[in-house]
Amino acid sequence: MGAFIVRRLLNYVVLVFVATSLAYLGAATAFHPKDMYLQKNPPTPAVVMYHELNERNDNPDKPVLERYAHWVDGVAHGDFGQTWQLDSVSKHFSISVWVTVRLVTVAAVISAVAGILIGSFQAVRQYKFSDHAITFGSYIIFAMPVFVLAPLLKLVAVQVNKAVGGNTPLLQYQGEIDPDATGFWGQLFSRADHLLLPTISLSLGLIAFYSRYQRGQMLDVLGSDFLRTARAKGLSKSRAILKHGVRTAVIPVMTLVTYSTILTFAGAIITERVFGWNGLGSWFTDATNHSDVNSVAVITLFSAVLVLIAGMLSDVITALLDPRVRL
Amino acid sequence: MTAPTAADTESVQPFAAAPARSGRAALVWRRFRRNKFAMVGLVGLVLLFLFAFLGPLLTHWSPTDIDLVNTQSGPTGDHFFGTDDVGHDMFAQTVSGMQKSLIIGLLVALLSTGSAGLLGTAAAYFGGWWEKVIVWLTDLFLVVPSLLMLIILSPYFQGASWLVLVPMIALFSWMITSRVVRGMTLTIREREFVRAARYMGVPAWTIIRRHIIPNISSILIVDFTLNVGAAIVTESFLSFLGFGIRTPNVSLGTVINDGAQFASTDQWYLFVFPASVLVLIILCVNFIGDGLRDALDPNSTGASAR
Repeated sequence: MGAFIVRRLLNYVVLVFVATSLAYLGAATAFHPKDMYLQKNPPTPAVVMYHELNERNDNPDKPVLERYAHWVDGVAHGDFGQTWQLDSVSKHFSISVWVTVRLVTVAAVISAVAGILIGSFQAVRQYKFSDHAITFGSYIIFAMPVFVLAPLLKLVAVQVNKAVGGNTPLLQYQGEIDPDATGFWGQLFSRADHLLLPTISLSLGLIAFYSRYQRGQMLDVLGSDFLRTARAKGLSKSRAILKHGVRTAVIPVMTLVTYSTILTFAGAIITERVFGWNGLGSWFTDATNHSDVNSVAVITLFSAVLVLIAGMLSDVITALLDPRVRL
Repeated sequence: MTAPTAADTESVQPFAAAPARSGRAALVWRRFRRNKFAMVGLVGLVLLFLFAFLGPLLTHWSPTDIDLVNTQSGPTGDHFFGTDDVGHDMFAQTVSGMQKSLIIGLLVALLSTGSAGLLGTAAAYFGGWWEKVIVWLTDLFLVVPSLLMLIILSPYFQGASWLVLVPMIALFSWMITSRVVRGMTLTIREREFVRAARYMGVPAWTIIRRHIIPNISSILIVDFTLNVGAAIVTESFLSFLGFGIRTPNVSLGTVINDGAQFASTDQWYLFVFPASVLVLIILCVNFIGDGLRDALDPNSTGASAR
């Protein structure tokens, strides 16, 4: 068993390394880092340009493999290089990642809880009006990618603000916090206000996804013998469903929840763009637009690591929830 | 290769008592037709296709035309969906974007489902090194964040034809199907009729084509349908961020991106029209996919089947 886990872990590490290398080599060959300097008006002098490009290890005149070796060497020593603004990538990362964490955490928790509850509720009331209504709603949400949903939420917010009136708009949709907000409560309120729309835009899709899956699992469980036994032994219907039904049905769903939650940390690109949060997603698109290989590579590395953590975490969670599995 | 021919459909039920020719197709169609949502999806998608390819006849504006007199006009008899701040006719742009998005969606789905079927069956059927390599590649592509990779590689297709997006998106969307196909092939490989064929000396690829593919055709068909929607979303996602289709070409993603700048203004209809077209397309595709799944596999229960 131990050897199996070690081998699997080793395979994971190799996969992450290859994936990140592919991203680095892809970016290093695809990007045109000189453009940024030459398109300036007036163009940057060649000496300065080459100095900066060498500093960033992005000089396209050097062979790709040489740059790659330099980068791997740096990463091995904990140095991820410099961004296109000649900042340290590590420093930029430690700022951006917290912006994304603040954006995603609430949405992840809300969508997991709401998705599982709504799915279970639907299964218990299968083919009732509420079931049909929620199913139809999730169809609509499935058909609505974030780049449609997020601007739509903005549109609604503007109309709501107009209807309410007042000096300061009720619903905020730009940035993380109002710079004028003062006091602990004022800042807290401002943060919550700014978080509301991005959270909806992130969680609606996840809720629809989870609830649909939970509904299917729950339907399988509801007809099972052990649930009837629990009822026969005198448990009330709601207790039986909660303690024996939902707990059993949630096990396969948790794998999905773990994966999706962790991937949301890397996949909030559109939400960050539309609502003006400077997290990892915005950084990634900015870096691509400025041909910044180092930043792009570190974000890819981060999300590849997240995928693997998700894989291992979902195993652990399954083991914790499922009494039949022993680690 | 995903669409079974009349000969193939017969071998889908090797144990059934000699069904009428294309009996299964008729059965599936009857089940599909009974599903209201699926029929709405099918009719809707046909209408959307007609709209995309006949729509340009309704207006004399082309997507690149600029109406200098009527910039930022509302929806009028001349500009059905209004014009943006430059004077582009949004109706012409939306219709042209629809064409590209639909074509890209179909081609990507064909390519990714096709290669997933090929790689998945080959891995399971041949075993050995084939299997090791393909499974490792599948794992690798699952770890590589596909959307980030597509953005990274976007400078490559900057100057190229918009059709380059098709293989690029397909390259990052075959893995999950290929895994499922491999799992199914592993069990089918051990079934008696496959063994019989093998011992009779039928070549491997003929067995795959004649005995294995028809038996997994239901998952391939459903997957193809759902991949159309997924590919359209991926393409629009890239174009929305400015990494996919670029001017002078338009896709639904670029049109929605243009419109999204107006979402918080009085010209919100510039966003709402193209966005609802996209939502309708995906809604119809998903309805058809779910209907097909139920029709092809009556034992499946919606979400848990996937």
